[in-house]
Order: sequence, then structure tokens, then C-alpha cells
Amino acid sequence: MIKVLKSGLFSTIQDKGRFGYGAFGVPKSGAMDFYSAELANTLLGNTINDAVLEITMIGPQLKFDVECLLVITGADMSPSINRKTIQNNKVYRIKKCDTLGFDKLKSGLRAYVAVKGGFKSDMVLGSQSYYQPLTLANKLNNGDTLYLNQSENTFDTYETFSKLKVVDYSSPNIHVFKGPEFERLSCNQKSELTSLESQVTNLYNRMAYQLSPLFDNDLESILTGPVLPGTVQLTPSGKLIVLMRDCQTTGGYPRVLQLTESAINLLSQKKEKDKIVFKLVE
Amino acid sequence: MKYKLKYTRFNEHSILIEWPSIIDENTLNDVLNFKNLLLNNYIKVKVDVINTYNSILINYELTIEDIYSEFLYLKTLYFNSEEQSSVKPKIWEVPVCYDEEFGMDLNSFSTENSMSKSEIIQHHCQPIYTIYFIGFLPGFLYLGGLKESLYLNRKSIPNLDVKKGAVGIGGNQTGIYPQNSPGGWHIIGNSPINFFKKDNDNPCFAKAGDKIKFLPVSKEEYNSILNLVESNSYEPKSISV
Repeated sequence: MIKVLKSGLFSTIQDKGRFGYGAFGVPKSGAMDFYSAELANTLLGNTINDAVLEITMIGPQLKFDVECLLVITGADMSPSINRKTIQNNKVYRIKKCDTLGFDKLKSGLRAYVAVKGGFKSDMVLGSQSYYQPLTLANKLNNGDTLYLNQSENTFDTYETFSKLKVVDYSSPNIHVFKGPEFERLSCNQKSELTSLESQVTNLYNRMAYQLSPLFDNDLESILTGPVLPGTVQLTPSGKLIVLMRDCQTTGGYPRVLQLTESAINLLSQKKEKDKIVFKLVE
Repeated sequence: MKYKLKYTRFNEHSILIEWPSIIDENTLNDVLNFKNLLLNNYIKVKVDVINTYNSILINYELTIEDIYSEFLYLKTLYFNSEEQSSVKPKIWEVPVCYDEEFGMDLNSFSTENSMSKSEIIQHHCQPIYTIYFIGFLPGFLYLGGLKESLYLNRKSIPNLDVKKGAVGIGGNQTGIYPQNSPGGWHIIGNSPINFFKKDNDNPCFAKAGDKIKFLPVSKEEYNSILNLVESNSYEPKSISV
């Protein structure tokens, strides 16, 4: 088991999320930057369903009571084992009594801590992803205990530093499809929406990212309709709201754009004041 | 009746199908017919199908390889579908206690709509409501059929802590909060029953197309139902017309 000495700012257990329960109003959830979570599992030889720890901005401090193989992906949060610096995307063998810590956030926002075999926690509606009140907890707290699934900690093949395409988290380009209500915008609005530079406001979390500045519009509300992670809603007051993994299943604001899956991953690595530009793809 | 539907790609793994933008039961029945048809036809492919008033969203587990052949498949399926003999919907009896202890906004509601509290309660529990879909929160039912006399705009300042089971009115809608949540609706009562059970594979007893009838209960009845609910021995009751 692993003792959570410090929980960090906002640390949650995540996997692929809940599939097949949308008709009951259950959010999808799952790792915000799914690419990084999947990468972590791949590097360890886990299945893509294995649960990882998503940590946000300020990492936790974890004391291991068990031997295991571990990898960190996503944001660079200056990770260390027993205060000795380690690297992202590289598999390490953790020994009993080792402490994993983090320091300065150097790039991105969310990092993923994966262990061989995955973290063990309650499975609710096919997923371990934290989402209250489906799961008891909505985040880790100081003093919590984490459990690991049993696995053979074979090391041989994983020691190589993998040559990966590094994602540039500073790129402002967020790729989007046209949303269901895109055509209700005027020509000028369409080109403005897909060229203007927005920035992330202080309102951003696993449910949604709100952007500024306001985008003038006179679109009418729609009949409440389906939305997805990555749906960009435009409110009457001009707020652009990008829904993220924990978003509701339905909404009544016009859905002007839809992020690609990889754009959701990239936006998940952005924080307050980061710049973004929507780029239409097709 | 066949509607002219609009098919669009929503993202890499989902398709949105839209009916004309109105709320009515004919549209809902056609939406639900097509939804059932989809669920029966996608056997090998894993999909999550959700509906709203006038839309169906098909979420595929995998990326859609060829969007146009998928559109064609869906259009053919819809075009060749037969109007299904509608299965008799269930009418679920939902006990609600309209006591002021729970209906904290009954007084202000009564003033704003110039009706007595007993009129509000009577108008609210009289109709048989139709469940259009479940959204907003796990187990939150979107109901159609609120009497016009009970329309009242949402509160300008939302209540940050609406209690689980709260029965509210917002605009032309009424509904039950399945969990504690912030909310802007006027709260007129509370239902002791669970609308979402996370440990069930089918977490909601009611589904889109079913009906709801509110049954006013006293505080004593409320408490005895709550006891049954809490000891997991309460089964929601469905009635026939």
C-alpha cells in the first residue's frame, strides 16, 4: 500500500471513464489528458483500463510500503524519489519505504502516476474514476491509503527511455470541428471564433474551462440537447465554455464548436492565463 | 410518421441525429422508437445512445472509420423502420411531501403566482408527467406536462445547497433533484425515494417514455417511506391508467 503524506492540490484516481451510462445522466469522467494516462499504462505494459493517479499543478507526497514499478507522464512537475530527481516517461523501480515527491511545475498542468498493475479502488458503473457522489471521495486527502493491484514487477524490457513524440503544451492551437449550432453564427462571427486568441480564466476544472474575452452574440438558447467532453458552449452573455471530462450529459447553450480528442488532452494541460486559438479541422 | 432528420458528426466517435426543434410527445415517441431500434441493431458494436427532446446522440466506443457509410446505414435503418406498436408506458407513483419543512419556497411561490399553497400542491400533483430523458445529474428526470399556472422563472440567485429529493419548479419545468446540488428552481416539496442507485446495473427505475404521477404524502408517511428506502426495502410502484 501507499500512504498519502500530502495529497497535493487535486489528485484523483482515473481510468477510461464510464461508458454506457449516458442515458442515466452519468458523466463520462476519466483521465483529462487521456493520451498521457494511456502512455503511462503502455510504458508499464498495463492494459489501457488500468487506473492511474491524476495529479494537478501541485503534486502529492507518497510513501510506498510496497515494491512496485512506477512511471510518470504528462505535465513536468519535477518528480523525485527520496528527493533524487527522476524523469517523466521512464519506468522506475520503487522500493519499500521510498517516498515519491514533486516540486516546481515546469510545463503543463496534469501529470499521471501509474504503477504496474494499476491502482485498486472501488469500481462504480464500470469505472474507478472519482466522481462524487458516485464514488465516496472526489479527491485524495492527506493520510489516505492507496492500494495496488497484484502484479509481477518484472523489469527487464521497460528500462529503456522511450523515444516519444513530445507534446508541446505551450502550443495555443486547439483543434475543433464545427459544433451543431456553428452554422447559426454569421460569417464574421465564424471567422472571428476560429481566429481570435482567448485565454483560460480562473474558472477551469474537470467539468469545464471558461475562456475570456466575451464573444458577442445573439444566438438563442436551444432545446436542452446532448453535449460531450470538448463541446464549446456559447452563453447569451458571450462566455465561451469548453466542457471537459466530468461534464453533464445535456445542456441548453448553443454548441458552436467541438474539440477533437487530442485537443481535449492538450487543453487539459492548460491553466489560468494560458492562450488558446481554435483551429478548424476537417 | 417519418420526420426529416439531420445527421451530423459530433466528434471522432459520435453522431448526432436531430428532429425538428419542438417539445411534443409525437416527436418523443419517434425519437424513442429509433433509439430502441438502434440499441437492438448495434449488437457487435459497442455504443452508448442517449436521447433528449429532439435528439439522439450515438457514442461509439471506437473512432468512426467511415462517417458517410455510417450515415447511410442510419438513414436506411430509419427509413425502413416500422412504426412500432408503442409499449404501454409505466406510470410511476412518486411520493412527495409538500410540508413547509421541505417546501421552503412554497410561501414565496404562492405570493408570486397569486395562488394558495393548497392550489399549488393540487396543480402540481394532478397531471401525469412524461419523462422525456434523464440528464443534468445522474437520475435527473426531464418531465413534460407542467400546468401553465405553475410556470415561474428560475430564481435569480441559485440556492447552493438544494437537498436530495427536493421537488422544484423552474420556468416551465418541474423535477426532482436526485442528489444534493446547487440549483435555481423553486423548491415546493421533497420525495423520500431514490432516483439513482449507483450499485444497480440499471441505476434508474424510470426511463425515457415512462410517466410520473406525484402522490402527496404526510410527514409521517414520508418518514416511514424514508425508513424503507434507507433499509433498502422500498420498491418504486408503477400503476396502470
